Amino acid sequence: MRVAVDQDRCVSAGQCVAAAPDIFDQRDEDGVVVLVNATPDAAEEDGVRQAAAVCPALAIQVHG
Amino acid sequence: MADAPFFPFFPFFPMSREAGCPFDPPPYLRESAASRPVSRVRIWNDSTPWIITGHAEQRALLSDPRVSVNDRLPGFPHWHAGMEQVSTRRAPSVFNTDPPEHTRFRRMMTAPFTYRRVNAMRAVVQEITDDLIDKMLAGPAPADLVEAIALPLPTRMIAAIMGVPYEDHGTFSDQASIGMHKDVSVEAQMESFRWQHDYLASLVKARMAEPRDDVVSDLAQRVTDGEITVEEAAAMGVGLFVAGHETSANMIALATVALLEHPAQLAILQESDDPAVAATAVEELLRYLGIVHMAQRRIATQDIEIGGQTIKAGEGILIELASANRDPRVFPDPDVLDLGRDASAHHAFGFGLHQCVGQQLARVELQVVYGTLFRRIPTLSLATTIDTVEFKHDGIAYGVYHLPVTW
Repeated sequence: MRVAVDQDRCVSAGQCVAAAPDIFDQRDEDGVVVLVNATPDAAEEDGVRQAAAVCPALAIQVHG
Repeated sequence: MADAPFFPFFPFFPMSREAGCPFDPPPYLRESAASRPVSRVRIWNDSTPWIITGHAEQRALLSDPRVSVNDRLPGFPHWHAGMEQVSTRRAPSVFNTDPPEHTRFRRMMTAPFTYRRVNAMRAVVQEITDDLIDKMLAGPAPADLVEAIALPLPTRMIAAIMGVPYEDHGTFSDQASIGMHKDVSVEAQMESFRWQHDYLASLVKARMAEPRDDVVSDLAQRVTDGEITVEEAAAMGVGLFVAGHETSANMIALATVALLEHPAQLAILQESDDPAVAATAVEELLRYLGIVHMAQRRIATQDIEIGGQTIKAGEGILIELASANRDPRVFPDPDVLDLGRDASAHHAFGFGLHQCVGQQLARVELQVVYGTLFRRIPTLSLATTIDTVEFKHDGIAYGVYHLPVTW
């Protein structure tokens, strides 16, 4: 699985960090998404898919 | 045709809930989610905006750049005459701007509400919750759960984060609640708006002179740096305070009524100390209760084809979040409260770029309260019958005015 995030679209809702805390983080100054790991392990894939599904800004793309 | 009254017929919005079904959206809206996800209603000023009740249709429109929150555009479907008046005086903020302006404002507000920062405050939320429960238990029964726990917890949290002095909570809360009534007079609305704005503006000026470690001081610094005006800082502050306490308070009290009416579901929370159980329960209660029931207001800036209809440029759009939370295409048996289901697709916080800024704080507050209250007071019960509980049918956020409980 490969993950990409769009920081311009991000609205800092924080739902991705809740769903997959080892893959996503938020910038201190404005909460914008930071991608910690673009190639998550199989064990983390469900959380990443959940993060993409609940992101209100549609700012997370998942491939594979 | 526009001159012919009652033809075409569009039902009036807002609508009444069915007697005896205080947790369900009005029947017409419940059946609309799947059968007519995009339709029209008539509102207070006799205009006939679109109402969006389907889940997929709401997601599409709330993510569509042709849909605007600019409430100064002609045809914008305001909540009431008071809001229409206020809209011409409100400074630009996250609530009434589109990107790129919106993005700039939003990113000034989001830092205190990141997932990790809010979860770091969980111990404080727990401490306040335990303290409020102790005080209630030490006092006479029955007690009003709204006054004892539901309102003070979120009010203390948002006031502490923002830096609103403790002695001013009550007045601010009272003023804010005036604007939350759907039938408020224009004069009362304007007066409460001015009071809140003036209060925040003087607090911003005070923090410009003497900064502290709080959100109002952050906004004050941005004024000093020339990024925003005092009026814009005040508008953001009012928005944060209003959204930050009344909504969570309604969720705490209304969920208590719903759980006491659904003992098998209540038992799930009483019998588990697993934070994951409380977290799943919170999402389901957010879905089921749908307290933001007056519809999010938008306007189309271009023609939009959706759900077999054409929304024309300049037409108003009401996004009725609570009905999408009951859309059977997304939530099987939507009218069943099921604390074990995955309800994470709910629209309780909205969707799209205006989704609730404080949602992680709300989640922590609700997770702690739901996970604590019913375990600490297993005998908690209504001190009245449900038919005498006063529900906020007239509130922009749904809830209960008072909740007499005993134990």
